[in-house]
Amino acid sequence: MNIWRGHFFSLAFVAAGCLLTGCNKSSPGPNAGGDVIKVGEYGSLTGSEASFGQSTHKGIQQAVDEINAAGGVLGKKIELHTEDDQSQAGQAATVVRKLISSDGVVALLGEVASSRSLEAAPICQQSGIPMISPSSTNPKVTEVGDYIFRVCFIDPFQGTVMANFATKTVQAHTAAVLTDVKSDYSLGLAKFFKEQFLASGGKIVDEEKYSGGDKDFNAQLTAIKAASPEVVFVPGYYTEVGLIALQARQLGINVPLLGGDGWESPTLIPVGGKALEGDSFSTHFSADNTSPEVQAYLTTYKKRYNETSDAMAPLGYDAMMILADAIKRAGTTDGAKVRDALAATKDFKGVTGNITIDPNRNASKSAVILTITNGAIKYIQTVAP
Amino acid sequence: MNLNLRHAKTGLLGALALCFLVTLFSKFINPYWLYILYDIGINIILAVSLNLINGYTGQFSLGHAGFMAVGAYTAGVITNQFGQLNAFASGGVFLGALLAGGLMAAVAGLLVGIPTLRLKGDYLAIVTLGFGEIIRVILQNVDSVGGARGYSVMHGWTNFFWTFGLAAVTVYVIASLVNSTYGRGFIAVHDDEIAAEAMGINTTKYKVSAFVIGAFFAGIAGGLYAHSKQYITPGGFGFMQSIAFVVMVILGGMGNTVGVILAAILLTLLPEGLRFLAGVQQIPGVTKMYPLSWVGDTRMIIYSLLLIVLMLTRPQGLFAFKKRQR
Repeated sequence: MNIWRGHFFSLAFVAAGCLLTGCNKSSPGPNAGGDVIKVGEYGSLTGSEASFGQSTHKGIQQAVDEINAAGGVLGKKIELHTEDDQSQAGQAATVVRKLISSDGVVALLGEVASSRSLEAAPICQQSGIPMISPSSTNPKVTEVGDYIFRVCFIDPFQGTVMANFATKTVQAHTAAVLTDVKSDYSLGLAKFFKEQFLASGGKIVDEEKYSGGDKDFNAQLTAIKAASPEVVFVPGYYTEVGLIALQARQLGINVPLLGGDGWESPTLIPVGGKALEGDSFSTHFSADNTSPEVQAYLTTYKKRYNETSDAMAPLGYDAMMILADAIKRAGTTDGAKVRDALAATKDFKGVTGNITIDPNRNASKSAVILTITNGAIKYIQTVAP
Repeated sequence: MNLNLRHAKTGLLGALALCFLVTLFSKFINPYWLYILYDIGINIILAVSLNLINGYTGQFSLGHAGFMAVGAYTAGVITNQFGQLNAFASGGVFLGALLAGGLMAAVAGLLVGIPTLRLKGDYLAIVTLGFGEIIRVILQNVDSVGGARGYSVMHGWTNFFWTFGLAAVTVYVIASLVNSTYGRGFIAVHDDEIAAEAMGINTTKYKVSAFVIGAFFAGIAGGLYAHSKQYITPGGFGFMQSIAFVVMVILGGMGNTVGVILAAILLTLLPEGLRFLAGVQQIPGVTKMYPLSWVGDTRMIIYSLLLIVLMLTRPQGLFAFKKRQR
């Protein structure tokens, strides 16, 4: 220890000094290329949410290749710069700074997880670089500033959609709501479901609560049965929904259960089984949608990656397509102009529906409703906002 | 083994002046690298303070990210009460918030320190790990700081002066402490607890103070982290993060401050350096476009492999050039 004592401060700071000079040289000027348009993507390519990040990346890459094959944007090819944030807090900020200041990207796409989108959003806002999140549904993300957009709908919208579905398609006049009080998502959906259901002349006959992680719902379900509603809205996650459905059927509640995209999981059917028969939920995308855009996208995706597309990839695809469209309309890659063009996006024909960017920079778009029939999830209809 | 305090103080003042100078020029530095530098400074504080607990005192703590979280949230909540301030006022508020964060973390350190005195080695590691997780889960369930979604910190006040200035202060305080007459006690506890007790050293007091001091600086680092990233989530302070700091201490050599500083620098730069390698476009005439793009996909594997190789070849610590004199 003592031979270093006199020197270690100087050592550490000489090292820091070397770094600084090194760094200045290694940073290329922004937009050094000129013949390409650089677009940045940050996502969870590794780590706990890797499957979401990789699907999104595949969708974006497919969009970039299609755009370039068609001649690019403004006569230039799109060059995608992808960085991995390892699904780790803190990393999103680092890679976004790299993409903006070292790579000189003109716009950013990402992230799936709202918490990491929230980490990157202030940096994009300060740098005047437009950012589009493909699938962060938390309302706070786009509240960061006027450069932040998203192409998915926000949580509360699904509540409204399902209330309309309940009154118009199921033709229910009374409903009960069973909410997960631990989750912001569930509370948001329940609130908007109730408002819309009451507004369309329906009546909420019972409201019950549970906490995510519960296994026994008999108390709540008995109360719901006593109120005899025509539908039960359960805006929870698939882990509890399967159990709720099983216990509801055992108690003799035979009306349809309705929910949001928290239901969407390969494990929903194995847990709930026959009890889920006839139940419906809303989500972003369905591979059974027969519209030509969706089928064309699915065929290409299948050919490229030899797997079926989930809901994340088409959102990534749409994010890239909307960005390309905005740059085309802006006629430049200037951040402020692209932002204005993005904000003016209207009725864009995306794979996940017709997308209009609303004044809060959220996507106003249709949701799809899926129903469980004969143990399989079937596409029922697309609901416009 | 007497510490030449006059010399160290000059070093500290010089370091602070240098930090101040660099800060004035920091707008000429590429922001990406600038923020990597902040990460380095913050990791130096964390590694050096953990070195006091794990290295010098020979306790095994896996809860350092928990202390960091306490500091980060405390400082973040305090500065969010203020609006836009001028440079002078913001400096004062920031320093106050960082100190408050450090103090809160120190209190947390005291809370862990006292009940864990009867535990050693693996048992202590498990208790500290549990403690770190408790803090994370509590933060996840407190709605006023955003719960699992995370907490947005308004002010990006962390700059080169604060990170490296405070890193220098941390190194100075801990090095001086360990080399003082009082600080010999830490090393005595590490070397042989029974012998130390027989010599009349209050081992309990030393262990608790190691936890309290270590936690204090971890809290300060947490405050710097919060004002550098400007968005903190409980998930960012999980036990994997604690392990990252333990790796820095072990790789640098337990109880070797210089080694630990260098290890903190190396381990922060390594993943970014590999990222940089993957982005090398082309050496004209020699290679095709992006010759090293495979580094991008396998970056974290290379990083882990390097750690394994380093530990196998330098088990005494990568930078242990000379054994500590006893």
